Amino acid sequence: MTTDTERPLASSGDELAFVTLMLADQLCGVPVLGVRDVLADQVIARIPLAPPEVAGNLNLRGRIVTAIDLRERLGLPKRVPGTKAMSIVTEQGSELYALLVDQVSEVLTLRRSAMEANPPTLPAIWAEHSEGIYRLEQKLMVVLSVERLLQLDLAIAA
Amino acid sequence: TELDRQVLELMRDPLTHMVRNSADHGLETPDVRRAAGKPETGVIRLNAYHEGGHILIEVADDGYGLNVTKIREKVLSKGLATEAELAVMSEADVKNFIFRAGFSTAAAVTAISGRGVGMDVVRSNIERIGGTVELTSTLGKGTCFTIKIPLTLAIVSALIVRAHGERFAIPQISVLELVRVGRAGEEGGGMAVERIGATPVLRLRDQLLPLVSLGELLRLDRDDTEPASATVVVTSVGSGTLGILVDDVYDTEEIVVKPVAPILRHVTMFSGNTILGDGSVIMILDPNGVARGAGVSASRAERAAATKSDQGARSDDQTALLLFRAGGDPSPRAVPLSLVARLEDIERGKIETSGGGHVTQYRGKLMPLIAMGPGAPSETAATQPVLVFADGERIMGLMVDTIVDVVHDRLNIELGSGRPGLLGTAVIAGQAAEVLDTGYWLMQAWQDWFGNAQSAQTRKKRLLVVEDSDFFRQLLVPALAAAGYDITAASSATEALRLRDAGLMVDAIVSDIEMPDLDGLGFARCVREGGPWAQLPMIALSGRTSPADEARGREAGFTDYCHKFDRDTVMTSLQQCLNEQVLM
Repeated sequence: MTTDTERPLASSGDELAFVTLMLADQLCGVPVLGVRDVLADQVIARIPLAPPEVAGNLNLRGRIVTAIDLRERLGLPKRVPGTKAMSIVTEQGSELYALLVDQVSEVLTLRRSAMEANPPTLPAIWAEHSEGIYRLEQKLMVVLSVERLLQLDLAIAA
Repeated sequence: TELDRQVLELMRDPLTHMVRNSADHGLETPDVRRAAGKPETGVIRLNAYHEGGHILIEVADDGYGLNVTKIREKVLSKGLATEAELAVMSEADVKNFIFRAGFSTAAAVTAISGRGVGMDVVRSNIERIGGTVELTSTLGKGTCFTIKIPLTLAIVSALIVRAHGERFAIPQISVLELVRVGRAGEEGGGMAVERIGATPVLRLRDQLLPLVSLGELLRLDRDDTEPASATVVVTSVGSGTLGILVDDVYDTEEIVVKPVAPILRHVTMFSGNTILGDGSVIMILDPNGVARGAGVSASRAERAAATKSDQGARSDDQTALLLFRAGGDPSPRAVPLSLVARLEDIERGKIETSGGGHVTQYRGKLMPLIAMGPGAPSETAATQPVLVFADGERIMGLMVDTIVDVVHDRLNIELGSGRPGLLGTAVIAGQAAEVLDTGYWLMQAWQDWFGNAQSAQTRKKRLLVVEDSDFFRQLLVPALAAAGYDITAASSATEALRLRDAGLMVDAIVSDIEMPDLDGLGFARCVREGGPWAQLPMIALSGRTSPADEARGREAGFTDYCHKFDRDTVMTSLQQCLNEQVLM
């Protein structure tokens, strides 16, 4: 299952489009413009000695994509073995990364001005990777910063 | 080091340019060099190798080095930066100005270079294929450019292995051999892994080979029961060897190396990753990284070797020797393996008779076959084992009875031989073996084997050969004499120096490095210190030719550095040195 980036939904003026995803029952969103592909469960080759966040490598149409498990990255409990993960493929510095999440839901267009700052009590690991919060009707959505999620080097050095 | 054609084409111009630049701007004129106390002949060294997912190409000269003050002045006069900007720049930044368009450090424009279209083009060409170019320079000592190209575009042949259920690729270039072993403590055919404490080792032909278990090193979980047998991939690491213990070996594949993601760069055990034919992604192991991970430091091994040679100990003067039986004689014969081009089994039916001798068609050519004694070619056996010796266009085969083994041992001929074709007897692997006089057998096949095209020389060049080992002296002297040189041989450096003081004059010196008392390096220094030989070309011969050894040799004053057995290189090098001398 591969959905192409939906250009018409791109941010125009005050509006921002997000791909929403589920991570351990938390609704999160990433800006749609940074998303290249959404993939269903993939064969992921483990990389020995890699940091725990790095789930492994996968082959996306002949390109090697490094898979990052967002549950590990955000210090969430491990996925129950046997459950399938989906991934959001994003590009940074000409390298492709797949962010492993529990479920990719839909694309939402939201007003930029409606985004709220992180509550000061948010745990550090969330605050570090969150750009802000949206109050949706049923749930709260955390806007994740892909750039900061991929800054693994800093996390390793720390 | 193999590269894409596309990369090669893009690299050709920059490389030519850089070599020209080094020759023109980098190197001084002989007068200036002499005044600076350097050898008159400048050296530009090109070096290419793999390292950590990149191909590195070095262009180094031993000339002026970059003059930072000069560059500063030029930058100012060209208006590329202001004085204030320059004041805060580091030397390295200033040096990098030579990569700017329209910049030339040479005072004069010559036919070779100095037209200011140069290093900027070089850099942009290299950057186009994703590479970088760096430079280091010491004033008065020389300049070294290092071009770094990502391996992305490189295709390498790799061995696919399995450890604990995971597959990995090992670049074929670093694989020396594969050895199938049983698990420790098990009886049965083949070799077994033994343990010192918890460290696995393998006895491989009288050497103790350190082993690392790939699965354990990479902290992989065992997913299945321990297999009954395993394979040791013997890899060359720095100047030593290391055995990597894997469960299974599949096949070799040509793979396109892709660099690992930046977030994995710190895992030094991998030099890249690749997609196999079946679509799976696998990691490419870097044997040097594996060695580091296992605590085997290549530099430590090198240091150990260096200390050894400093002490004059000759324990690593071991030679790979091929043992075989021939001429119906039950006692083994030996020949240095590096002199043998190939070992072949030739079908009996393919051996033909021509002109009273035996020949066979081999790789599209006619190869003369020489028998080492009666009974060859064998009438009964279906195939005839043959040692193939090759030199340029010419090949010859020596028919033997059986090939016994390859052993590493010191070659020390203890008893001379009265028989033609044999140099004498040596104790090899605890057994007396007769050592083959290769030169004799080559002459049997081709009367003019050593006589290739030296006729251009009007006067016989005089050579001094300094070599303590009787074997090599006997090997080298006839070969060089046949090539048209007039040889004086000395069995030690001290003897050679005595000859110098006695007034002997030669055109070039060929010297062994590893010798008792005064070694080759010391000898070179003595010669360079002064006296009638100070300016002569000197060629070093050594069993060890790692870049570090070579650098030490050149530092001591050798013009060139050759491997002991590599007669072609020695000859070419000699010719080059002597021709240069004529030109000077």
